[in-house]
Amino acid sequence: MVSTPENKNYKVIGTRPIRHDGYDKVTGRAQYGADIKLPGMLTGAVARSPYAHAKIKSIDTSEAEKMDGVFAVMTAKDLPRLGDVVRGNSEESGSEKHLSENVMAFDKVLYKGHVVAAVAAKDQNTAFEAVKKIKVDYEVLKPVIDVDQAMAKDASILHEDYSGDHLGKKVKNTNIAAHVRHENGDIDNGFEKSDLVVEKEVDMQTVHQGYLEPHSGTAVWDEEDRVKVWTSTQGSFAVRDSVSKVLDLDVSRVKVTPMEIGGGFGGKIPIYLEPISAVLSKKTRRPVKTLMSRTDVFDATGPGPGGKVKVKIGIDSEGKILAAYADIRLEAGAYPEAFIEAAAKCVFSCYDVPSMKIDAYDVVVNKPSSAPYRAPASPQVAFATETVVDEICNIKGYDPIDFRLKNVAEKGTRTALGPKYRTIGLKECLEAAKDSDHWKSNLDSNPKPGKKRGRGIASGYWFNIGFKSSVNLSLNPDGKVALIEGSTDIGGSRASIAMQAAEVLGIPAEDVRPSVVDTDSIGITDVTGGSRTTYATGYAAYNAAHKLIEQIIEKSALKWDINKDQIEYSDGVVKSKADSELKMTLKEIADDPPGGPIVSSASVDLEEAGGGFAVHIADLEIDEETGKTDIVNYTAIQDVGKAIHPSYVEGQMQGGAAQGIGWALNEEYFMSDDGIMLNSSYLDYRMPTSLDLPMINTIMVEVPSEEHPYGVRGVGEPPIVPPVPAIGNAINNALGLRLLSTPMKPSRITEALKRKK
Amino acid sequence: MAENKVKKVAVNTTINGEEMDILVDPYVSLLETLREVVGITGTKEGCNDGNCGACTVNLDGRIVDSCLVLGVEVEGKNIETVEGMANPDGLHPLQQAFLEEAALQCGICTPGFLVSAKALLDNEPDPSEERIRHWLAGNLCRCTGYDKIVKAVTKASKESK
Repeated sequence: MVSTPENKNYKVIGTRPIRHDGYDKVTGRAQYGADIKLPGMLTGAVARSPYAHAKIKSIDTSEAEKMDGVFAVMTAKDLPRLGDVVRGNSEESGSEKHLSENVMAFDKVLYKGHVVAAVAAKDQNTAFEAVKKIKVDYEVLKPVIDVDQAMAKDASILHEDYSGDHLGKKVKNTNIAAHVRHENGDIDNGFEKSDLVVEKEVDMQTVHQGYLEPHSGTAVWDEEDRVKVWTSTQGSFAVRDSVSKVLDLDVSRVKVTPMEIGGGFGGKIPIYLEPISAVLSKKTRRPVKTLMSRTDVFDATGPGPGGKVKVKIGIDSEGKILAAYADIRLEAGAYPEAFIEAAAKCVFSCYDVPSMKIDAYDVVVNKPSSAPYRAPASPQVAFATETVVDEICNIKGYDPIDFRLKNVAEKGTRTALGPKYRTIGLKECLEAAKDSDHWKSNLDSNPKPGKKRGRGIASGYWFNIGFKSSVNLSLNPDGKVALIEGSTDIGGSRASIAMQAAEVLGIPAEDVRPSVVDTDSIGITDVTGGSRTTYATGYAAYNAAHKLIEQIIEKSALKWDINKDQIEYSDGVVKSKADSELKMTLKEIADDPPGGPIVSSASVDLEEAGGGFAVHIADLEIDEETGKTDIVNYTAIQDVGKAIHPSYVEGQMQGGAAQGIGWALNEEYFMSDDGIMLNSSYLDYRMPTSLDLPMINTIMVEVPSEEHPYGVRGVGEPPIVPPVPAIGNAINNALGLRLLSTPMKPSRITEALKRKK
Repeated sequence: MAENKVKKVAVNTTINGEEMDILVDPYVSLLETLREVVGITGTKEGCNDGNCGACTVNLDGRIVDSCLVLGVEVEGKNIETVEGMANPDGLHPLQQAFLEEAALQCGICTPGFLVSAKALLDNEPDPSEERIRHWLAGNLCRCTGYDKIVKAVTKASKESK
């Protein structure tokens, strides 16, 4: 592990080259999940439950099977029944049984849209008609659709066969899959000594990642029981693992080829259609492609957990935090995993808190099984903490940046789960916020009649995972480098990875050509998620490039017949230290290297990158009559470690802010009492359009991570954390109203204004 | 199955300047026609109900969501898709500006944005930020927050002059 970041004048890092995959993406040539076409391919379609909670009494597929043009029909009987093997709280873990049941229900449906059967047919129209002919006899049960219902004493139970883990105790007949607690110091004493204690509870509605590309899954099951899968995913190796588990095959029997991915934000880590297409292919011996509709995507994938979070913070008379308590109840959806350990890690992450206690509950409800959504669970807990902090500042008249600086988490601060922070850049972000044009500007607090303006600020954190990545390099005869990697490229990571190899080699970014390849063609590489890709796969590229230089020097030594210690390499030229006339370009050494071509490979398994922090400032204008909120000025400040390709770092900051603004103001799963999502289209779910947003100012703060040679930190996730509380705080600033539920939509604002009168 | 026995319809249409005869099921959208019958997949499906704009194409000078037009409706019409924007001499200024301004992340919405933005610049060569946001409001992007897309269209408008 490199302990201090390299500090030099970079030639490639920090520049803004055109991304390598860009040309295919602006011309329509890039092939996404739905674009694949294989010879003889059939179309798959699935039958989905119309109920949120029901027992499956029987399924009759006979009418569908009889149809012309239908080649195969399947139900869960065609899948192996898996045991309850693993369960955990990280982004990819979970029980194998639940993984399989979420692909296709065996005995019980747990959310509207849960898949119960599938068909393969000659075309889409025939497949859809066949699905309509599948008859399922359900015994409809009462659903539970939020944490209050699910945790109630007489609640309808989703998993009768399952034990929850409540502080280490196994408990039957509960919808609380897990209750964890983290304690440090004596909070009772801390609250007792406090000069002021503020407590708030927020209620977050379920939201969706909203990626534009619906899920797909294409598969061939061949005669030697090898399954080839083509899909749009954040992790081809994660798909390989999941598909091999669900189909009970050795991983080497499954080969996953990642297509280009049309957005994910965490939601394209789980599998849905891939094993179904595989089984349909096994039955037909033809390739099968299955796609989701947008409504399927809302009904049966994603969502980011809703839930309730209560936070209590006590401060002394000097404005120092003495104690903090959090009670976090998050919806896992149909199967456990609401990212409650992440929630615990994030809830007080921005502050130096001498005593704290955190209770977190992972609660199953009759909604689709939650998937990670950009800094999973951090926005939910930040809404509570940053609202309480804002309230403290309002009550005591503190400047919100000064209060945060006074209590700031920095290197050496103990975190909720135990370890102390290494070098982090929250303090620098807060100082940059204080120094920003936006913060120094006057808020026009007297706009047009009937409108009110307000300003809010909030901080946020994500911990940036590390994990495994692999990279292969080969030097081509023209002196350029092919880079082979396994990280699917969701937003410019080919460029940010290739640029790190180019920096080491001292050649232009364009001379390193990255390819994202299938699972048989590169070493294991974990998901494009957790803000790990530029950090971890970039690190593997850095190591592989150094190994390539070793190869170049060794081969040059053979060619010149001198000792390799006598050779040095820089900027694409290999030279003899003793004889300045003796030198070769990369093209010259690559032309016919002694002992075979020049290649290298490297893999890493990294610790976390040291954590990323963001501070956002929002100015908004509210129409008091309609309750409509317009963002009029927005600034995102973030410690990015080192920006490899600054344009794509800014893009992450802007995109995260935009999603957070949508979460704050518009987005929610609007559920009927029966557990049916009533707004499962883009029209009704209403993500922000170009007319809803202003330009989003970005300030990149660079406090290098100690864990990476160039100081890279993950940048993708922190920017979705501050927007919800920043906007809530701005609404409070404008109207004197504390809204504690998302979305803070027009009707909530007008109702609150009426109550205030 | 009665609905499967409906006869295909012969359609003569022009796509990216190329006149062609195609056979289309009468219930199939223009989006599906382009992707499955003609075999060009640059036009994307994001919602199939006219709310995301990923399938935007130019139909006789108007931008439409191709998921809301039937394939049989394009008889005698001129269709332009993202595949028709570049020519052998190079990219359209909008495509170049999208690359230089990093106006795409995942890229799935990009074809629709490019087709909409081209229609805007064809109609209004020097649009304000407000006009750009208005013209692009029918195209959803979940990655960028639109900031760099607006900047790219502005840049292309300056460079096209």
